[in-house]
Amino acid sequence: MTAAENARVVSIQGLTKSFRTGVTALQDIDLDIAPGEFVSLIGPSGCGKSTLLRIIGDLIRPSSGTVLVNGKPAHRARLDHDYGIVFQDAVLYDWRTVTRNVSLPLELLGWDRARRKQRVQEMLELVELTGFESSRPWQLSGGMQQRVSIARALSFDPALLLMDEPFGALDEMTRERMNMELLRIWEKAGSTIVFVTHSIPEAVFLSTRVVVMSARPGRIAETINVDLPQPRGAATREEPRFFELVTAVREALAGGHGEKRSAAAEELY
Amino acid sequence: MAHVAAATPAAARWTGRIAFTRGLRRLGTVALVLAALWGFWEGYKWLWQTTGWTWPFLVDDTTMPHIHDILDTFGQPATTGGPALIHPLLDAAWFTAKEALAGFALGAVIGFALAVLLVHSRLLERGLLPYIVASQTVPILAVAPMVVVGLGSKGVEGWKAVAILAAYLTFFPVAINALRGLQSADPRAFELMESYASSRWSILWRLRVPASLPYLFTALKISATASVIGAIIGETPASIQEGLGGAIVNFNQYYSLQPTFLWATNIVCAVLGLLLFGLVALTERLVLRRAPEHFA
Repeated sequence: MTAAENARVVSIQGLTKSFRTGVTALQDIDLDIAPGEFVSLIGPSGCGKSTLLRIIGDLIRPSSGTVLVNGKPAHRARLDHDYGIVFQDAVLYDWRTVTRNVSLPLELLGWDRARRKQRVQEMLELVELTGFESSRPWQLSGGMQQRVSIARALSFDPALLLMDEPFGALDEMTRERMNMELLRIWEKAGSTIVFVTHSIPEAVFLSTRVVVMSARPGRIAETINVDLPQPRGAATREEPRFFELVTAVREALAGGHGEKRSAAAEELY
Repeated sequence: MAHVAAATPAAARWTGRIAFTRGLRRLGTVALVLAALWGFWEGYKWLWQTTGWTWPFLVDDTTMPHIHDILDTFGQPATTGGPALIHPLLDAAWFTAKEALAGFALGAVIGFALAVLLVHSRLLERGLLPYIVASQTVPILAVAPMVVVGLGSKGVEGWKAVAILAAYLTFFPVAINALRGLQSADPRAFELMESYASSRWSILWRLRVPASLPYLFTALKISATASVIGAIIGETPASIQEGLGGAIVNFNQYYSLQPTFLWATNIVCAVLGLLLFGLVALTERLVLRRAPEHFA
């Protein structure tokens, strides 16, 4: 194994996934992700982007191909707690307080009480939820719940953060605010993020790289580097380059260069 | 600041008063319902007796004694020169409560253990569940003498045998509901636990069991009352005299002479069932920490 491969957080080669029903969800996926990258997976429904995310997390096994996380097989990486995951719903345990939700992975890792308490405090500061330690999940708004979920995923300091449409259930205004929050957290925590989304502007705004996928079977259609300057803010969304990149992603989704827009791309925009 | 500090005890007093008013209102509702039931009973009796209607059954002081006569019976001696009826009834209630509680606890533990076992094995779930269901179709009246006589020949005390019968009735709703509850968590919550590479044991205690509690408490409420019924029914064919089942059989024989004795016994049975139900409901309130939609 070369030093370059070692340095990659995610390294996927020749990945194919077929389900027992005969459907090929993913075909010939090659993808390398370097430390500190923010990579979005975008594509129409059924392109397998969530499946790909779960394969990286070893929650689904691939049919063929290799998946390395931190230079190890994905299964080993899961056992080593190399990644944290955030779903579309916050998936908080409503019988636990905010504090105890964030400390759930720490309990499973066997951290002692004092260390857990200190880390939870740090995490709640990071996601700006101090003062809500003993609240119950159902007492929080959707955006706040998702911030708890992010704090939980980052609490044990994993190298990789997997996010499956984390803001898909939020309203547009909360979503834009959460995008800013996430960039701030990403800069501060210094983790690598793989982010599944349906939203083109969200993907462009957040990412260093957008991976555009096509459906049936799911393949990588195009990879677009997002060269917008860091740190990004509200003004980023008004820059001409932002619109150029949004257009580039949209055209990549349409499967051509502007001449035809597929039904799948219509659905997205 | 002094203003704020002064406001806090006042606020506490205010919430205290709200809780008090709420409690009072609740008590009032209970009294109102009891009064309505009383009125319905006495009204029905009066109407049928004055009109002479005999459908669906003849109404007189034997079939429907006055409520005040029934309540009055508690103070009358059950046997000439004996203590007031309330004393032997309370003794019997305590005896039956002991059977019911032991049966309830045993049934709950067995039911929950079965559910934990079945939730971890598809094979066991498919293989065992039909027999668990079938066990409940066997009439307890047929099982009771076998269990009591069979265990009696091994030197097991009668009340313990009855407790086993009560457990036989209570384990079933617990097993079925707990099984459902242990599977009730969001699939994503299971994925989350898997992402942490959690053990089955961790998943059981940190996810399955807490998620199952609302289901479990629903089952325990059913079982609490079922265990009293189980104990009473268990006593009758086994000819155990000390409990409420024995009292019912006994007063049944004297019904045409002393109908109020049986009615008084029925009231004690109902109160016992309510007490056990209340105990479970109270525990639920103290233990359950779930979103409001999980409370029945």
